[in-house]
This record gives sequence, structure tokens and C-alpha cells, in this order.
Amino acid sequence: MRRTYKFWITLVLLAGFHLAIFFAGFLAPYSFSAQNRDFSYAPPSRIHFVDSHGKFHVRPFVYQWITVAHRYGSYEENGQKAYPVRFFVAGAPYKLAGIFSSHLHLFGVDTPGRIFILGTDDYGRDQFSRLLYGGQISLAAGWIAAAFSILLGAVIGCLAGFYGGWIDDVLMRGGELFLALPWLYLLFAVRAALPLQVSQGQVFLLLIVVIGMIGWARPARLIRGIVLSAKQRNFVTAARAFGASDAYLLRRHILPQTYGVMLTQMTFLVPQYILAEVTLTFLGLGVGEPMASWGSLLASLQQYSVMVSYWWMFLPALLLIPVFFGYYTLADALQERVKSVAL
Amino acid sequence: MPKAATKRRALVCLAMILVAALYLANTRAAQQKEDVMVTSNALGRPGGTLTLAVRSDPKTLNPVLAVDETTREIIDCMNADLIHINRETQQPEAALAKSWSISHDGETYTLHIRRGLRFSDGQPLTADDVVFSFQLYLDEKIDSPQRDLLMVGGKPISVEKIDDYTVRFHLAQPYAAAERLFDGLAILPKHLLESAYKAGTFAQSWGVSAAPDQFAGLGPFRLKEYVPGQRIVLERNPYYWKVDGTGRRLPYIDTLVFLFVPSEDAQVIRFQAGDTDLLSRFSAADFSVLQREQAAKGYQLEDLGSGLEYNFLFFNLNNLDGKNLPAITRKQSWFRDVRFRQAVSAAIDRDGIVRLVYEGRATPLWSQVTPGNKLWLNTALVQPAQSLEHARELLRGASFSWSSSGALLDPSRQPVEFSILTSSSNAERTKMATLIQDDLSKLGMNVHIVPLDFQSMVARLLNSFDYEAAIMGLASGDVDPTSDMNVWLSNGGTHLWNLTESKPATAWEAEINQLMNEQLVTLNYGQRKLLYDRVQQIVADELPVICLASPHVLVGASRRVGNFHPSILEPSALWNIDELYVH
Repeated sequence: MRRTYKFWITLVLLAGFHLAIFFAGFLAPYSFSAQNRDFSYAPPSRIHFVDSHGKFHVRPFVYQWITVAHRYGSYEENGQKAYPVRFFVAGAPYKLAGIFSSHLHLFGVDTPGRIFILGTDDYGRDQFSRLLYGGQISLAAGWIAAAFSILLGAVIGCLAGFYGGWIDDVLMRGGELFLALPWLYLLFAVRAALPLQVSQGQVFLLLIVVIGMIGWARPARLIRGIVLSAKQRNFVTAARAFGASDAYLLRRHILPQTYGVMLTQMTFLVPQYILAEVTLTFLGLGVGEPMASWGSLLASLQQYSVMVSYWWMFLPALLLIPVFFGYYTLADALQERVKSVAL
Repeated sequence: MPKAATKRRALVCLAMILVAALYLANTRAAQQKEDVMVTSNALGRPGGTLTLAVRSDPKTLNPVLAVDETTREIIDCMNADLIHINRETQQPEAALAKSWSISHDGETYTLHIRRGLRFSDGQPLTADDVVFSFQLYLDEKIDSPQRDLLMVGGKPISVEKIDDYTVRFHLAQPYAAAERLFDGLAILPKHLLESAYKAGTFAQSWGVSAAPDQFAGLGPFRLKEYVPGQRIVLERNPYYWKVDGTGRRLPYIDTLVFLFVPSEDAQVIRFQAGDTDLLSRFSAADFSVLQREQAAKGYQLEDLGSGLEYNFLFFNLNNLDGKNLPAITRKQSWFRDVRFRQAVSAAIDRDGIVRLVYEGRATPLWSQVTPGNKLWLNTALVQPAQSLEHARELLRGASFSWSSSGALLDPSRQPVEFSILTSSSNAERTKMATLIQDDLSKLGMNVHIVPLDFQSMVARLLNSFDYEAAIMGLASGDVDPTSDMNVWLSNGGTHLWNLTESKPATAWEAEINQLMNEQLVTLNYGQRKLLYDRVQQIVADELPVICLASPHVLVGASRRVGNFHPSILEPSALWNIDELYVH
């Protein structure tokens, strides 16, 4: 009973996260690429209810950051003018799901005021907006790569497990070869060999597909194991005796046995590939500027000076912990469900 | 009994005084025979150890073969040259050569070597060592990186021994500031290296694994110990040829330790922790980090202002016939139009680059000579501020137009879209590219940034020419324009934007060639300055490279380092290593 409870809570939380990221354009007050060169490394805006005269306001407001006496990266609030936080304001244009154009944002302040609820990066871009938009790239990367791995793994695992013999040997030894492949160098080589005219987005997609394709070996092994045991079951033998073809057997009786494993593998692989995207960006192979991804948000922390100077650059990393935790909890819960169903 | 003891003590004292007097007389005589150089630095305290970090192990300890910066930095502490460029005054001054004279035609240099100097193994220095050293630098088979420098007018410099302490150098043609060529050319001991040279194994001698007793140099330090991957330890050279105002032989420091610390961040952290005493080549962001703790930890931090490094954006103007790169060839019709390059330059927010990339610790640039190079800077160049209107006007003049959505279209109504290569290991240049991308998007240009690892980038720039634009930086080793000849001559090896020219592709490149060659043989500084001013003007007008910014030279030293006077010329913190001392 408690287990189900945990499962549903995780699922709802994850769904919430994904929805927020899907509606990034609406929730983010600014575009991911809008530079504010006067607000480089500005700390998160403070949300006030009480103004400098001690008066209480129902509607929260922010003060503008101003640079302290030409010292780069140090700011103080300009208490002269308050910018109340408004909801459903018009702002930078964006497209929802790549189709619906809109100007409407959930919240914002009047220009020339700015609201940076998670601070800004070195170009003065709003970190909160970049976190949301970055999620679109990172989650897409995770899902696409995981889907590729599972798909390839399923096909190869079924063939190896079902036919056995030399096919099994060739495929599984091939899989071990892929596991041993130094994929980072492969990616470097792929990137260096690509023509320049390919856009950053396409390059990134290609790299993700390459990662996904390299990662098929582990799910393939698991699926092969299940197919091996499934094909010796009585109902499979019976169906074969009735003259069922290989394709029918695979489709009708064996493949359904592997769905549970595929689902749990998927929930394991998605966060793994999100992390792979982070690694890629660390190495300069990720989405190019000015696009945002979770990897590019974290990559700025590699610099010692950023790490010790601007604490808000850690916030995206903190916010990602529940996402990964959610995925792994979900994977756990799914695995237990699969087990109990199998029993 | 006590009487006898007193007598004996008196005798012992007398003997000691005699010995000391003899010793003093002896060393005094030796010093008079020895033509030491007396320095004018503030007096320091002898003894102690100075520690600093370098990026990597030295590749060799042979001065004739060393190429990379780290290797040279270590080698330079163990060697000396005939004429040295004073890093503070930027002028050549006497070193191992006590004086020199130039013939009227400017083709013959006579150098008088200091008498009585010794290598760090105690063997004397004579003209034979000098002739032998230049034989090594000029040997085609050894292929020293310095060989190119010693080719004047297409012919190698020739060296002739006049007597034991005089050598004469002949040049094929007059060569401006030829005395600057001697800087960094270490004089090597013939008695240690001749046999290897004759046996044809010179390329293997003085490698990193050679024992310390195989080395001898004329620099302030000599090799004590090398631990691969960890450190190299140098000790004081007791025969060094400089003394301070009181006659005390330099260097002050007993031991100099180079630790191998591969990343900048790690070097900064080690410096902060007090593990190292000197720090150079670090970013403005790290400078700010150190500055915050300066009061508590008491380091000396210096922002020396603009150095000699200039960063620039350039377009691929190579002749791509037979390269099968149709997309780039098409875009070259924009790149070759000077109005297009001027529009790009006008749209770039150089102040933004200075502020966001370098936290204000840089100087915006409009031509290749940086304000750090005070002798050669053309101060008459105009420095136009960012102007998108002017950029649009220039583009309109070159028949570019804009689509309804604001995208820039070329004269054949194709959208203007190109990529900028940067090195992914250089965060600063990638950041510049991101700012330029945003600036150019305001003109309707669609710019992609392609960060590549340094090797792949260089392969594209120098060999395959498969690129559209790139951001690079160059830093001359010296202030003199001659050190940049290979960048500006149309057939130079670093003429990055067009390496395919057999003859100058444009009239202005022909003019640069002519000006550079003329300044090379002009001996009068004023005349040379006029010629080089014109080169700077052409670069600013024609924009073969669109100069962006010159970072400041930033250095740090721990509180205990004395006589710390860093310079903008490399090695900025180490140039007066013989005068540094520790409290």
C-alpha cells in the first residue's frame, strides 16, 4: 500500500516537472538567449513586500540591481524605484511545442526593470529561464537516446535470445565490443569530422543518437535473458507445436514478456543519458551557445572563480536532484511492480 | 699552562686571519679578472627557496631544441644570452657581451664578450663557445626553431671568431634592431656538447633524463633534480656573472622549484594555499578571486595593463580552388568585400567584450599593436564606438538587404549565415564568440559558434581551410615589428586569413609587404615607426583581422618575495629571477 503511494507521488511530481518544462516559454519571463550586458552575474532578485519606507504592499515587488562603483560582479539594490511583479504579462515571443506563437508570460516586471529569480550568468541571461528551456533540450536528449538504446537493444536481444547459436555469439560478443568502446573519443571524432554547415542543434541531435546507439548492449543482454527463459515456457512450445511462425511467436508470446524490463530500463536510462549530455557539454560537445541545456548550466561551475564567487550558479544543480531522484524512485517502483506481476 | 693555551689561541687566530686575508685577496683578484656585471637592483637577502608552478613537464632541457613556453621558461633560468632585452625598458642591453658595435652599412656586428666568465661547471667561457653555439642554431640538420630568426635576407647569419673574447656577425643585408635577435639564444658549453654534435647525436643530448652533471650553463641556476610528473629543482649557479651593488654574487635564491600543475584553477588554488610564490598567466576572474583575499593573505597582485596579446576575428580569404568547398567559396564573396568586414567590425561591442570576458582587465583593440607596446603603437588610429547604424549603412552600400523577418540577405538574396570556429579549451575566446554572435544577430546575421579542440581547429585553419571565420589570439615575443613579419608578409607562415598567396592577392597586402620589408632594412627608429604606423592603419581599414581586445598581464607573488617587478614581456614574473629574494 505504501509502495503504491510512493509510486504515485513520484509520478505526479515528475509529470509536474515535465509539464513545467514543456511550458517553458510561458513560465520563463525571458528568452534563454536574451543578454543583459549590464547584469553579468547578478544575484537572484529579492522579492519584497515591505518597501524602503517601511510600507507593506500586497503585491510583491523587486528593486533593480545596480553595479557597485564599477566593480565587476558586485551589485546593490537601487531602492529608488520599485517594480511590482505582474502576472500574465506580454514579453518576448516564444512558441509552445514549436507551433503556437505567444507573447504571454506567467510573470514579469515592467521594463526597464528585470526579475531574475535564480540570478544571471556571465552574459546577464536569466538563469531561471535558461533552466526551463535547458530542460527541453536535456530531457529530449535523455528520452531520444534512451529510446534508441531500448529499441536497438530489444531487436538485438530478441534475435540473440530467440535464435541462439552462432547468431547469439556474434551479437553478444559484438555487444561486449560496444561496451568496451571509448565512446568519448568516438564523439570527438564525429564532431571534428562534421561539416561546418550543420547547425549546432543538428550536431547535438546526431551526438545524442550516437550515444543512444552505443548504449544498446546492456538492455540487449537483459532482454536476451528474458527471451531465453520465455522461449522454453510451455505455452511457447505449445504455440510452436501448433505451427506458429517465428515472427508470430516473438510478437505474440515473447515480446510482451520483455515490456516490463524495457520500461524499467527506460526509466534508468533516461537520467543516465541526461547526465551523458552534461558530460558532453563539459567537454565542449554539447549544444552550442546561445542555447541552454542543463549541461551548459552546470558546465559554468567547472571554473573555480565561478564556484567560489557566485553561489546562485549552484541552484540549477540543486533543482536537478529531485528530478534524478524521481526517475530512480520510479524505476525502483516499476521494477517491483514488474516482479510482482511476474510472480 | 694557561699561558701556553693563550699563546696557542693567539697563533691559531693569526693563522685564521692570514688565511682569510689570502682568500679575500684571491677572490678579489678573481673578480677583477672576471668582467662581472654590476646590477642596480635593491639589495636582497641571500638564501631560501622560491617555488612556482608551470603547466607541464619540460619536453627537453636543450635550449637549441626547445619549442614550447613551459620548456623555455625553465631553460631560460639556466642559460644566458649575449645581448638581452631588458623586460622593463624593452631595450636591448649588454649581457654576456659587454659591448657591441655596428658597422656603418649595418651588416656587421662586433661583440666583445665579458672576460673570465665561467659556466656553471667552472669551465671558462670563450669565443669558441659562442661560435659553436651559433653553429648549432644554424645547422639545418638540427632544425632549431630559432634558425628562421637567424636568416636575414634569405641567408644565414655568419659568425667569425676574432680573438678569444671577440666575435663578429655578418648579415647579408642591413637588419633593423638586429641586436634584438640575440635575446634568448643561449650560449652553450663547447666542452660538453661538441662530441655529441660531431657524433651526430646532438638531438638526443640534454634530454630530460640526462644527469645534472652533464649540464652546464651561464644562467643564474643549474639543474639539481628532475622528478617526472612532479617537479624540477634548480640550484644557485655559484659562477653566475652578475653581482649586486655590494659585490655580492647573484642570484640571491638558493633553490628554485618548478612544480608541474596542469590546470590554471589548480595553480590558483596552490598559490592561494601558499604552496607557490609566483603566479602568472591567469584569468581576470581568478584575479578577482585572489583580490578578495589579498588583505588577509597579503599577496602582491599586479595588473600591468595591456600586454602584447591581441585577439581577433578573421574570415577565410584563402583561395579555395580545387578544395571542393562550394558553400564556403560562395560566402567568400561577402568575406572579400571590405564593407562586409567593416560592418562586422562596427557591430562588435568591444567594450562589452572587455567588461564581460575580462572583467574590465583588457583593452579594446582596433588594430594589431596593443597599448602595451608603447614604442610602436600608432596613437593616431581612430577607435570608432559600436554603431549598428553605420554597420547597416555599409551593408546597404554593398547591396545587402533585409527580409521581412529581419534576416540579412546577400546581393543574390541568400540569407547571411556563417560559423565561427573557436578553441573549446579557451573559454575566453568562446565567450567573445558568444557576444559577437549576439551583436551580429542584431544585423540579421545568423552566426553559429563551432568550438573544436585545438588540434582540429588548427588543422582546419592551416591545412584544409575548411572554415568560414575563426577567433584566434597571437602574442609577439617582442615589441619590435620584426617579430611579427610572418603574420604580415603575404607569404608568411602565420598569414592566417590567406595562406595560399603566391603573390599578394590585394593591393593593400602588396603595400603591407613593401612596408614590412622596408622597415626591416631601415635602421632609423623614427622612419621605421612611420612605416609601421602605416601598416597598422591598413590593418584597421582593410580588416584582414578584426582586432577585438588585448588582455592585461596579471601576475601575483607571495608576500615574502622581494624585488618583484613584473613586466608585460614574457616571462613576466621571472625575468629578473636573479634579483628576486625571499624574506
